[in-house]
Amino acid sequence: MKSLEELKAIREKMKRQMDVRESDENTIRVLVGMATCGIAAGARPVLSAFLDEVDRRGLTNVSVSQTGCIGVCRLEPVAEVFVPGEEKVTYVHLTPDKVPAIVEQHLVNHNVVTDYTIGAAE
Amino acid sequence: MKELSLHLLDVAKNSVTAGARHVDISLEEDPQGWLTVSIRDDGRGMAPEFLARVTDPFTTTRTTRKVGLGLPLYRLTAEQTGGSLDIRSQVGRGTTVTARFQRRHLDCPPLGDLPGTVAMLIQGSPDIEFTYRHTTPNGAVELSTAELRDILGEDVSLAEPEIFAWIQDYLTEQEEQAAVDIDPAAMIEGEIT
Repeated sequence: MKSLEELKAIREKMKRQMDVRESDENTIRVLVGMATCGIAAGARPVLSAFLDEVDRRGLTNVSVSQTGCIGVCRLEPVAEVFVPGEEKVTYVHLTPDKVPAIVEQHLVNHNVVTDYTIGAAE
Repeated sequence: MKELSLHLLDVAKNSVTAGARHVDISLEEDPQGWLTVSIRDDGRGMAPEFLARVTDPFTTTRTTRKVGLGLPLYRLTAEQTGGSLDIRSQVGRGTTVTARFQRRHLDCPPLGDLPGTVAMLIQGSPDIEFTYRHTTPNGAVELSTAELRDILGEDVSLAEPEIFAWIQDYLTEQEEQAAVDIDPAAMIEGEIT
């Protein structure tokens, strides 16, 4: 059973991690569109997959957050990836099974997964 | 929207957009199959004239387009089960959206992933105080971000992936204990009201 005691242990572990975290300007940001259009198209499991994968890999230089409608409802679920010093990349028609490849290839190894980008879809 | 929890996520996000500092989410299931879902916030609220047309699909606060489908679809879903949608709001005080669903109605969508929905709301707005309560004839599930923050302190954000995972798993365990199975033999058919 999950307990609040377990949460205390997580807190202690995370505090230790924070001491070695990179500064904010080096943080890679992932924004998932979570407006009505995104939610209806399946953005919730996509966001969950990003959070799970970042947690599983222990990526302390990645922040995953939510945003409203990105403006291309027909291409939802949509996520934008901002790597410092690089151009923004928009991934479209996402499903949870596409997320591990984006995390591994783009967030970790800095190779855009071209097949899933808005450029490939349009 | 194939799950009630997706509607819940969508409507509660309106509270976030409205600048709420506190959002209370409550689900109450009674033994007759009625489910009451209430989302109460202390956001900016709505003027009476906007409130009067807020479930019109051609009403939205967005400036980029002229349709807003979240509340109209939510109302339709509630009414399809013989239930209703009620919205109370006051400018500067906040908004309460209350929907009633008959879970035994054939047109009632499943509850879906409530733990994932609540965890996601908290992860997306870690500075907002959320309370969540789901009561059923079999038990109750409760979560308060104020309590979590007391444990985590100011340094550890509720947006952290590991905290998200813990909240999701914690609620999943609680929900499994309180869950109510809908007997297919007791399902109700009915016309759209």
